[in-house]
Amino acid sequence: MSKKEIATRDVYGQTLLELGKENPNIVVLDADLACSTKTAMFGKAFPNRFFDMGIAEQDMISTAAGLAACGKIAFASTFAVFGSGRAWDQVRMMAAYTRLNVKIVVTHGGITTGEDGASHQANEDIAIMRAIPNMTVIVPTDGVQTASVIREAANFYGPMYIRLSRGKTPVVYENGCEFKVGKGTILKEGTDLTIIACGIMVEKALNAADALKKENVNCRVIDMPTIKPIDKELIIKCAEETGAIVTAEEHSIIGGLGGAVAEVIVENCVVPMARVGVRDTFGESGKPEELLVKYGLTESEIMAAVRHVLARKK
Amino acid sequence: MTAKEKIKAIEEIARKLRQHIIQMTCAAASGHPGGSLSAADIIAVLYFHQLRHDPKNPTWADRDRFVMSKGHAAPVLYAALAEAGYFSVDYLKTLRKLGSSLQGHIDMLSLPGIEMSTGSLGQGLSAANGMALAGRLDKKDYHVYCLMGDGECHEGQIWEAAMTSFHYKLDNLTAIVDHNKYQIDGKIEDIKNIQPFADKWTAFGWHVIQCNGHKVEDLTKAFEKAKRVKRQPTVIIADTVKGKGVSFMEEKPLDYHGKAPTKEEEQRALQQLCRIEAPKK
Ligand SMILES: Cc1ncc(C[n+]2csc(CCOP(=O)(O)OP(=O)(O)O)c2C)c(N)n1
Repeated sequence: MSKKEIATRDVYGQTLLELGKENPNIVVLDADLACSTKTAMFGKAFPNRFFDMGIAEQDMISTAAGLAACGKIAFASTFAVFGSGRAWDQVRMMAAYTRLNVKIVVTHGGITTGEDGASHQANEDIAIMRAIPNMTVIVPTDGVQTASVIREAANFYGPMYIRLSRGKTPVVYENGCEFKVGKGTILKEGTDLTIIACGIMVEKALNAADALKKENVNCRVIDMPTIKPIDKELIIKCAEETGAIVTAEEHSIIGGLGGAVAEVIVENCVVPMARVGVRDTFGESGKPEELLVKYGLTESEIMAAVRHVLARKK
Repeated sequence: MTAKEKIKAIEEIARKLRQHIIQMTCAAASGHPGGSLSAADIIAVLYFHQLRHDPKNPTWADRDRFVMSKGHAAPVLYAALAEAGYFSVDYLKTLRKLGSSLQGHIDMLSLPGIEMSTGSLGQGLSAANGMALAGRLDKKDYHVYCLMGDGECHEGQIWEAAMTSFHYKLDNLTAIVDHNKYQIDGKIEDIKNIQPFADKWTAFGWHVIQCNGHKVEDLTKAFEKAKRVKRQPTVIIADTVKGKGVSFMEEKPLDYHGKAPTKEEEQRALQQLCRIEAPKK
């Protein structure tokens, strides 16, 4: 299967550029990673509305808040580890508590950041951003959806954390995508179990579901780009209709998509469930594909989890 | 009003702010009187002389912005906003009470006239920079003010922000440091020395003005000078006394950083501050 691949960060840069032309109120900040996060494209086109804050993520987020307090739509970008971790208190205090229009769009989320190693692999960012009141947390699935997410971010009032990848990701939405905050999408119908995935794991979930058909297992697959507010109705519906859930994410199994889904399941409709993700450990240097295998973020890992959960269902 | 009368009037207001600080924190049985009292004259000059603002129209697009970076000094800001007419003076006694808009640390969403939420030290100057940058983009002539503590200047983000203000030559921004020489655990010079303080700001490319932070005339002159400085940000290092105006707080600033006066202390403080009648309860 040779699928089309696009880097979500490239789409981010391109969409920002378009938005910059359409809306003079958009400003963009970066912290010395503008070439990597792709905000440099906006910076080149609109130098007056672009602020490279240097290696000062905390300053960047609070400055973005100040701009937003004066009516600007402030996009602030850096790597996921730094945007979520280094500036967590600033995000909490000045973007979220204030409910200001600050869009924290980070790249290099998850283990596929690769060769840079554990210091640069954000496997906890969704958990720590999700814990902050007023925050909306989004992990786009592919490049096509990313364009829609970024446009929606510019229209949506309030703080957002949007997590993109470093590498190219396979296109799932070949026929376009209209993203809506807080809504998951059924990509594949099924009756035995539901796989709920986000980011790069969505395509792997689809592949796993295809492969499981040969074992006479009929999986439903849900794309869940909004981690917060999570699509509670859809999760409950899937739990009721298929009676078992597996989540898959490029993030720690603690506090991310798996955590969010488990919270809904436990309080509303208890069914057997398993989480596929990084198992509470730091990553290391390596090629993205090697790391995905070593840290259990593969089709076969999802299939194993499905079999395991189905055994518990009976 | 002559200039002299104007100064007298602001001094009177500062005295009122101090009374409110004592009464509010006593009624709340918590809060930060020491660092509120040290900033009372600075805040009085800002809200009753320097700032372009309109209590009847708190979201006026052309208003000057004030960011209270040392968010624990909320009582002095609330007192000033009440005296200026943003809300009733009577409301001050709800400080820190359940359901009150007068949160323990400043919350911009709960109260008109507040530009930024603070309480986690070190962040205000960055936000003020953002406001100054927005003003420049929008071609507005408003000025942005930011008040910081001297202990607060331990925070690395202050210096990140100081570089930003310099880099963007933000002459529509004036920072003020309430230089009262104390933090929570002791004297700043004993805990972690910030000297040479003025030199640090100079080295970061700022125009530095030092003044007596309790002399209204000094403060007004400093603010006027600051506004005349072009293509460079200005910091006013205002020499102050923690607990200013209340003798037993001035003598023991460490005891009254984050501790409210008791009823008995409130009476003693008010006698010193106002020669007004004690509040009827
Ligand atoms: C990030 C952060 N760390 C610690 C505190 C707790 N704290 C509140 S006030 C204060 C001391 C502040 O000293 P200074 O800035 O000199 O204020 P002042 O003496 O004027 O009250 C501390 C450590 C805080 N509010 N924020």
